[in-house]
Order: sequence, then structure tokens, then C-alpha cells
Amino acid sequence: MEFFRIHRTIPFMRHALVLNLISLITFLLAVFFIATRGFHLSIEFTGGTVMEVHYPQAAQIEEVRSAVGSLGYSDFQVQNFGTSQDVMIRLPVREDLGSAAQSETVLEALKAQSPDVELRRVEFVGPQVGQELVTNGLLALLFVVIGIMVYLGLRFEWKFAVAGVVANLHDVIIILGFFAFFQWEFSLAVLAGVLAVLGYSVNESVVIMDRIRENFRKQRTASVQEVINSAITQTISRTVITHGSTQMMVLSMFFFGGPTLHNFSLALTIGIWFGIYSSVFVAAALAMWLGVKREDLVKPVKKDDPAAEVP
Amino acid sequence: MNRYPLWKYLTVLAALIIGLLYTLPNFFGESPAVQIAGAKTSVKIDNSVLARAQQVLAERGIESTGAFYEQNGPVGAVRIRFATPDIQLAAKDALEKAFNPNPEDPDYTIALNLLSASPNWLTAIGARPMYLGLDLRGGVHFLLEVDMQGALTGRYDSLANDVRSSLRDARIPVSGVERSDHSVVARFESEQSRDDAVSELRRRMGDMAFTTGTSGDSFLLTGVLTETAIAQVQAHALRQNIVTLHNRINELGVAEPVIQQQGADRIIVQLPGVQDVAKAKEILGRTATLEIRMVDDSPSAMAALSSGNVPFGLERYTDSDGRPLLLRRQVVLTGENLQDAQPGRDQQTQQPSVNLTLDAKGARIFRDVTRDNVGKRMAILLFENNKGQVVTAPVIRGEIPGGQVQISGSMNAQEASDIALLLRAGSLAAPMSIIEERTIGPSLGADNIKMGFNSTLYGFLAIAVFIILYYHLFGLFSTLGLAFNVLLLLAVLSMLQATLTLPGIAAIALTLGMAIDANVLINERIREELRAGLPPQQAIFHGFDRAWGTILDSNLTTLIVGIALLAFGSGPVRGFAVVHCIGILTSMFSSVVGVRALANLWYGRQRKLQSISIGQIWKPKQD
Repeated sequence: MEFFRIHRTIPFMRHALVLNLISLITFLLAVFFIATRGFHLSIEFTGGTVMEVHYPQAAQIEEVRSAVGSLGYSDFQVQNFGTSQDVMIRLPVREDLGSAAQSETVLEALKAQSPDVELRRVEFVGPQVGQELVTNGLLALLFVVIGIMVYLGLRFEWKFAVAGVVANLHDVIIILGFFAFFQWEFSLAVLAGVLAVLGYSVNESVVIMDRIRENFRKQRTASVQEVINSAITQTISRTVITHGSTQMMVLSMFFFGGPTLHNFSLALTIGIWFGIYSSVFVAAALAMWLGVKREDLVKPVKKDDPAAEVP
Repeated sequence: MNRYPLWKYLTVLAALIIGLLYTLPNFFGESPAVQIAGAKTSVKIDNSVLARAQQVLAERGIESTGAFYEQNGPVGAVRIRFATPDIQLAAKDALEKAFNPNPEDPDYTIALNLLSASPNWLTAIGARPMYLGLDLRGGVHFLLEVDMQGALTGRYDSLANDVRSSLRDARIPVSGVERSDHSVVARFESEQSRDDAVSELRRRMGDMAFTTGTSGDSFLLTGVLTETAIAQVQAHALRQNIVTLHNRINELGVAEPVIQQQGADRIIVQLPGVQDVAKAKEILGRTATLEIRMVDDSPSAMAALSSGNVPFGLERYTDSDGRPLLLRRQVVLTGENLQDAQPGRDQQTQQPSVNLTLDAKGARIFRDVTRDNVGKRMAILLFENNKGQVVTAPVIRGEIPGGQVQISGSMNAQEASDIALLLRAGSLAAPMSIIEERTIGPSLGADNIKMGFNSTLYGFLAIAVFIILYYHLFGLFSTLGLAFNVLLLLAVLSMLQATLTLPGIAAIALTLGMAIDANVLINERIREELRAGLPPQQAIFHGFDRAWGTILDSNLTTLIVGIALLAFGSGPVRGFAVVHCIGILTSMFSSVVGVRALANLWYGRQRKLQSISIGQIWKPKQD
């Protein structure tokens, strides 16, 4: 079995402008939705209480709602969660009640209605924790960006570093745009997924950059555009197979992993597809427009790349 | 060219064996066990308790499958494993009877729990199962924040006392010493006595900085703690709170509790398997501290009370019947001087009571105070969550020597035993509040394990089938490499005794999904070399060799992300990051060294290799 029977180098860069315009539009749309709609943040960020209860029979959402409402809450959510027997209740932070009291009074009210309700999970996060999570998340992002720039700058060249980081940040923004547009819940697990995508799509860009460098060495007479085209063509088979495999794993998490992994795998799925797109079409084109040259990567005296040493 | 020296094969083999050995304990599950811990701070758990427990069981003919003593933080516990839950229950009853002859006043807590069922020889080589996070086994997680301002306030209160007694010892006349916010202010009638006080106090109290001033006709001396002293107070408060939490949790009989400092002022508490969440929360969340203060019943104070004023130096409280009282701010004794607290009953009235035993210093102070204040009232206050409540305010009938104090007031037997427990388990140096709480029911934990495991398994199978179809024998090598990777990853996690959480399982799955990249890179490269017309042995060699640079680059960039997550992440993100980072390292080893070893073993010897099984190689027609 072989998927790719490519006769000649595919001229990817010929369409670079169009592809990058598509990218730019998607990016701007994502920024627009993030700005206008904002995120549906989980209580890990906002503070508050989440309770998950389980009924032996299908739960009566309206009754649960009225029970919670009778406790004097106004801004709360009650919804089915996974199955019709599981109910998730989100409560805002209340200054007058401790976390302990809050979940207990609610459970008591529910038990009064139907005594066989089972408490599956309670999560309470104080408002001071959420702010830290946001700060730490941004710090992590900054650290990743700087770390990758430095590494790519040392190992390759600054133009690749800039192109790689711009292309991959654009992936991150697009994932965030999806979460803003559909108002999917943005939890800590999703944050981990988004940052993992950053690593994943840099990984993709690195594979292509490696090939570009190698081809600069081999194809002494080819133009920059030809070199980039041949590098992408040579790696396209690996790109599709690797991402296909990763996607299989992520889909498996999406379908069998339960609610906690649901949005996590959703973030990864979007990240995988846009990661391919940005590495193949955006990163290489940006490096080209930044004016990457053979002399930038091929230093005849210094053999810095073990892959280049043919024994 | 595709031959490994013997040592390389041996390295891979050794990694495989170590991987198998250290992964093994995770498959044995857990067996029922009984845990013996001290119910009082004065009860020490050591190897003699273990010997005694084994003797008790031997006498009753109850067979255990293993017993050991373990130190967990500042306190120890004895744990004994049994074959079935029935034997476990019988053993618990037997031990309960033997160790706590008086159930009213238990010396030990005997609790049921679960222990790893892996055989002893595995435990002997240090192979233990991974620690399952709360989201997988059920339990409670709390993040507590220590109120450092409260700790400082408490420290200044006692400093005010020290200043007072120092000045009295030095016979320097002072008109009043008070704590005012975070400073101690002393007032003097004359400048001379203030200056004497400054030099005296500077000599005696090295960790305070004193400044002088005037206010009206009186001369003021203000003392504040130095920066280092403040840091010390805070570190001490945190440490004492952690010790106190250890003691309290021990009373709950929880196996493997996690109590850790996080940052400068936070404590993480995780209680796996705890079912009675409300009780746990109540015991932890309550911050009972004891204070004994004098009641001001002087006519001027009574007059102020009825007019609703609170004179300087006094504080208004209500007793348990709702009557207002004015108490001096000066604290006679705090919970620090408490040695033991037990519930009991008053000899005469048969009311429930709490009997306190003070330490030597506390007993001396208490004796002096009761001797000097016969006929006056003394209030015993219990502070819970920053709110003080007067438990009782008895009249002092005479000097009370020996440090035995009985508190009785309007409380029922349950309240008496709760108060005793809280006081006994040590007072907290500073109040704490819960700022994050997560409770996971045991059924949800079991579901999470199942779902996490299944999704990883199905994903792995899908990848395996696809890769073997696509790359044939090399696909099989890749699949074996991937399995080797899982094995190593689990072994390393078990060795590090890392906590496996649901995000951690997700990271295992994702690592597998990404680790296949290295194999695809290698296999594609080998195909490419074959396509370019290289003989098979050379193609394998160059395939591995040229792919290595790319694999290294791409994995290192991913590792940068993993480390960032590890450094800045918290909670679930951290659990994800730990597994992710380790997974990247093990996947590089398994796919580059492990798979290469397989390929070398299979093809390396064949000198006249004509073709290799790596799927169809399609060559473009030369045009």
C-alpha cells in the first residue's frame, strides 16, 4: 500500500499568496470572535462551584433547577452531562457561604426531592486561584514562544524561527477562535491541549525545515522556491501518515475518553489540521518571503548537522 | 553495517526487563488492609506496635499477607494486608479490641483501607505501582490558603505579652502595652523610662525594631518585627499548620494522604478514597484555636457595656447564652500550651465537658493567674474560622495547680468530643481557608480509569493495524517499538512514583500518537532511499541515520513545550506535562534504539539481502 505516487515536485509555493490570504482571513475571524464573544471559561478560571450528580433514572432537569433556585441562587446553570441521568450544576462564588456549605446545601435540597441522588464530583475554586491560572497560562505561552525561537534560531536560522513561531501562534489563535465561536467550555485540560498543539505544530514545521536545509545542500543549482517545493513534496507522505495516526488516537479519546477529554481532543483535532496547514503553507512561505537563502543554512566549513554527514 | 554490538542489544534487553519489572506492580491491583495510626499526639507508632499487632493476629489465628511499618511525614503508621475483605473486617475488630480497650478514649485509630497487592519481592526491589490521582480513585482535594496576616497578628499578641513582662522584670514603669495592628505600642509617662525601655528591649528582643515618638503627654515606643523575623513567623506558621493537618488527618484514618506545601502560603491536601467528605471538610476546615483570657467585670466596664461602648484594651464577646462580656485583649494562654484534650463528663453535674491538660509552662502560668485573680472570672474562648466564641466563663474559686482544666458549658457529648479532637490535634498557628476543592466520587474514578484506558487501547490498536498494513514488517517493528515505549513510560512513572491522573492518561495516548512520528520518519526515509536505488542494507542504515537529526529536532522542540507546561502549569496541566515530557524521552529511545535493534536483529545478518518488507515501493517513471 502506498498513498502517494507523486510524479514530480508539487509547486506549493506558486499558490503561497492565496493560501496565506486564507490563513490571514481565518486568523482575523478568530481574533474577531475572541474579541466579541469571549470564552466560555470553566470554573477553574472564573471561580465558583461545579457539582456533578447522578440519578438512577433520567433526571428531571426542571426540578433540579427549581431546587437550586429555591436556595436563593440566581446566576446558575443546570444541564445534562453525558447521559440523561447525569446532571451538572454550576454555581457562582458566594461570599457568605463557604465552599463546604455551598455544595452540601445543594445536595441536601436535591436529596429532599429524590433521595437516591448520588454525588459524583464537586469542584470549588476560589476567585484568587483563577487569576493565577490566567497569568501562568500566559507565562507558559511566552516561555514556549521564546524557547522555540531560541532553539530554532540556534539550530536553523532566525528567519525560520520567526516564520515557525508566527505560523504556530496563528494555529493557537485559530483554536481559541473556534472555542470562542462555538462557546465550547475552555478548561485547564483545553489549555494543556492548546499548548501541546503549539509543540506539535512546531514539530511539523521543524520536519519541513530540516528537509529544506538538506535540499539546499543537495540541490546546488535549484532556486529557493524549488528547494522549498521539493522539501514539502518529499515530506508530504510522512506528514499525512503521522497526522493520520495521531488523529486516530485523538479521535479515540474524543469518542471513548469521556467528558473530561472531550474538549481536550477537540482542541487537538483543530490543532492538528491547522498545524499541517500552517507548517506546509504558511511557515515555509513566510521563511521564503523573509528572504531565506542557501548561504543562511549551508555553511560549508561547519558541519553542524549530523544528518548531513554521509559516511 | 546494520549490526549492533552485543552491548547495545543487552542495553535494550535490560531496558525491556526493567520496564517489565517496574510496570508489573500496576497490574496486581489492591488488596484489603488495616491501618493503625495514633489517635493522640502522645501515642508513638513504631516497630513495637507492628510486633504487637502481629502477635494479636497470631493469637486469634487471623492470617495476614504482609505487615509493615511506614513513616509518613512526621507520623508513622502500621499497615497490614489481608487476603479477603472478610478477614480484613475480622482483623479490624480484633485489633480494635486489643489496642483500644476503652472505646470511649481510643489511643489508636484502626481504619480499613486498600494497599497494593503486588508480591513482596517486587516491593523489595522498589517496584511499586503508580500512585493514582484523585480523579481516578475518588477522594477529596483541597487547596488551603494560610492567612499570614492572622499569623502575624497572633505573633504580635504574644510579643505584646513579652514586652510587658520584660518591662516588669526590668522595673521600668509603663502605663500600657498594646498591639495595634501589626506593631506593639508601649506608652510611658516620662521620657526617661521610655529611653530605659528602648535600651532594655533592644537588648532582649533582637528580632524587633523599635522607634520612638510622642502622643499628647505620653511618650510612645513602637516595635515592629524585622523582615527576617516576619519571614520566620510565616514559615513557622506554615510548618505548624502542616503538622497539625497531618495529625488531624491521621485521626480520620486516611491511607496515603498527601499534604504538601505549595508556594509561600498554600497547602495542598489530598485524601484518596475518603467517602465521608463532609466530615473531612469539617475537620480540616475548622480552625479551632484555644485562648484563655480574663473577663473585666469592673463597674466601669459594666457601665461601658450597658451603654454599648467598648473601652480601649477590651473586646466584646457573647457567651454561649448570648450574654455580652468584655474580655481583656491580653491573652493568658493559647493552644500552644495545650498537651492533651479529652471529652468527658463533669463529676458533679454530669454535663459533657472537655478536659484539658496543660504543659509545664502553661500549668505555671495558669497557676499564677488563678492565684492572683481569685473571685474574678476567666473566659475560655474557642476561635473557629476567625470567629471567637466564649465556651465558658467561670469564676475562679481558688488556685488551680497541676495544669488540669475542665471546660464545661452548654455543649452536648458530640460537640465535646469534636472540640476535644480539634484541640488535641493541635491548634493551627494561623487560620486557613479552602480556596479550591475537588471531590470525586469513587464510581466516577473507576469510570475515568476505564474510559482513559479504553481510549488509549483503541487508539493504539487503530494505529497498529494501519501501520502494519502500510509498512508490513517494518510496521510491526514500529508497533513493537510503540508498545516498548508504553512499557518504558509506565515503568519510569512507577519508578518516580508519579501520580497518574486522567490528563496523564491523555498524555500517554497523545505521546503514543506523536511517537509514531519518529517511526514514520524512519520508514518513509528508508522507502525513499530504496526508491533512489540504494541496496536494502544501505537503505536501512541511511534511513535511520538521516531521520535521526529530524527526530531529535522535532522532539526537542516538543520537549520545550512540555517543560513550559511543567514549570507554569498547575493541577491537571502539570499531570499532563510530567507524562508528556517523560514520554518524549522514552519515545526517542524506543523508536530510535529499540526499533533499530529489531531491524538489525532481523535483517542485519543477511549479507545478500535482496528486499525488505516495508510495503510497496513505487518508483516514478523516469520521463
